[in-house]
Amino acid sequence: MIFRLVFENVRHRPIRTMLSVLLIAVPVTLILALIGLSNGFLEDSRKRSAGVGADILFKAPGGSLMTFSTGALPQKIVDLLKTEPHVVQATGTLVQPIGGFDSINGIDLAEFGKMSGGFTYAEGHGFQTPDDVLIDTWYAQQRKVHAGGKINLLNRDWHVAGIVEPGKLAHLFAPLASMQDILGSTGKVSQVFLKLDDPKNADAVVAALKVKYADYGIWSISEMQALISVDSIPLLKNFINVILGIGVIIGFAVVSLSMYMAVLQRTREIGILKSMGATKSFIMSLIMAEAFCLGFGGTIVGILMSYVAKAAMHAVAPASLPQAIVYTWWPIAGGVAMGAALLGAVYPGMMAVRQDPIEALAHE
Amino acid sequence: MPDPIIKVRDLWKAYQSGRVSVQALRGVNLDVPLGEFLSIVGPSGSGKSTLFHIVGGMTPPTSGEVIVGGRNLSAVGDSGRTELRRTTVGFVFQKFNLLPNLTARDNIRTALHISGQATDVFEKDFLDILALLGIAGRLDHKPSEMSGGEQQRVAIARALATHPAILLADEPTGNLDTANSLAVLKLLRDLNERLGQTILMITHNNEAAQYADRIVHMRDGVIVETSTPAGRQALGPVV
Ligand SMILES: Nc1ncnc2c1ncn2[C@@H]1O[C@H](COP(=O)(O)OP(=O)(O)OP(=O)(O)O)[C@@H](O)[C@H]1O
Ligand SMILES: [Mg+2]
Repeated sequence: MIFRLVFENVRHRPIRTMLSVLLIAVPVTLILALIGLSNGFLEDSRKRSAGVGADILFKAPGGSLMTFSTGALPQKIVDLLKTEPHVVQATGTLVQPIGGFDSINGIDLAEFGKMSGGFTYAEGHGFQTPDDVLIDTWYAQQRKVHAGGKINLLNRDWHVAGIVEPGKLAHLFAPLASMQDILGSTGKVSQVFLKLDDPKNADAVVAALKVKYADYGIWSISEMQALISVDSIPLLKNFINVILGIGVIIGFAVVSLSMYMAVLQRTREIGILKSMGATKSFIMSLIMAEAFCLGFGGTIVGILMSYVAKAAMHAVAPASLPQAIVYTWWPIAGGVAMGAALLGAVYPGMMAVRQDPIEALAHE
Repeated sequence: MPDPIIKVRDLWKAYQSGRVSVQALRGVNLDVPLGEFLSIVGPSGSGKSTLFHIVGGMTPPTSGEVIVGGRNLSAVGDSGRTELRRTTVGFVFQKFNLLPNLTARDNIRTALHISGQATDVFEKDFLDILALLGIAGRLDHKPSEMSGGEQQRVAIARALATHPAILLADEPTGNLDTANSLAVLKLLRDLNERLGQTILMITHNNEAAQYADRIVHMRDGVIVETSTPAGRQALGPVV
């Protein structure tokens, strides 16, 4: 019966209900889109780092996983690392972020190809001139270019030599020598990828390298994969907490206001229920049940809107913003919305409970 | 003689509106035996509704003794009054006061739910009441789809659904035309005669008052006179 009362109340104020649900849905969508973006981005970088075909990543002293210090290593170190036990291949890349989540990677195409199994060309071919770049199909779609076209990066025009299937290290590649020239990093690289005779030796080789190259950033690729998570990026975690907080505040405020108005509008009905002997807890549960419905509706709509957000992101920037749908966050985002909604209904509920039945019935 | 279902002794009620205190009742004494149909008449502001609100547990008495269905209302708190409304009295108002979003059936079911009774099927004796009220075919309509007379009959049905010992009707015909007023009055009489329902009815209408067994007259917060309806016999046999 409570359900019936609540359902009819919700149904008889469709505009109020829809607006409340929509407003509660906004933070739910925000949370899910943000989590989806982080996870999508991390998942994507995990895939791309695996696509390199390396077993170990080697960075300059103090280098961290998620940051790049351009040209921090002398290129000579690549040859030195090649002589280490179990190492069968080594290739250095020079990374230059270009805004957003993208970066250009200067590579030695032959070496990189050998390690990763080579690019699959959707269009065009490999580097032929120093002005050539390779881009993956996502980035091509985002920038709307084809092989043979021009693309402006780092304030210069590049010739798109080829378009490759995605999944190998990055979305954009240029010849290592050209990048070293442009960045003034002659003879330098940002990171070195090592391929071993057997991936099983990765941990042992990392340990040995750490002794020899103390302070350098050295990770096995499998270790690095595990480290690429939301928790490894402290700023992101804080940001997510802020968005969660905003979600609580919006949900609370929306439901407070909505239920406050509902209680005022239904003063007389509350009086009627009281005249029939409705207890305080009955009145309170009506208000709470309605808030729960608004919160639940907001959660559902929020989840649906996160799919819309995903589609919109994909249409705008397919390469930069791969948004994942993270089911495990549905209950979290929903819990935040519904917790806030219930909290928001407490004061209006108290107001309804305290209503004097005679005055409530006299209300027009 | 058994204890009256309602016993009121030297009942005073003061309302505080702003800084002035209004004495709505100034020493009311009243006994209502079980099964009586009582009319209360009197000029506007004489305290009729106030008396109902106290007897029905909507507001506490200021002083005096009020015992309803064995419950001393001077001694119980808010929850005791809620309990009284839930179990012992049923209200019928001039403005019908149906829940506007719910059908007649759901209005009745809400009352049943609040009193903790099953709401899925109506009991046989309640179906008889619905038949008597003539609204059995209107149960799936909402208040806005019903005439005033129908709404008031649904309100009566809702008030009686939980088998309250006392039905309190505050000007039940005040918003009805002559024909519907008559129908409702006859129904109240029928309910009283056939089911022995105790009914207290406030009315401004002298003819309406005649449907009761007894009429009390109020003025300035006290009962000034008690009378027996003149044409009582002419309305039909009182068993
Ligand atoms: N909630 C209230 N607050 C303040 N004063 C009130 C309140 N309820 C009633 N009164 C006052 O108490 C007195 C009695 O009112 P009551 O409603 O009992 O009269 P009544 O006999 O029912 O009148 P009517 O025939 O107009 O319905 C009036 O002076 C009224 O203004
Ligand atoms: Mg009155």
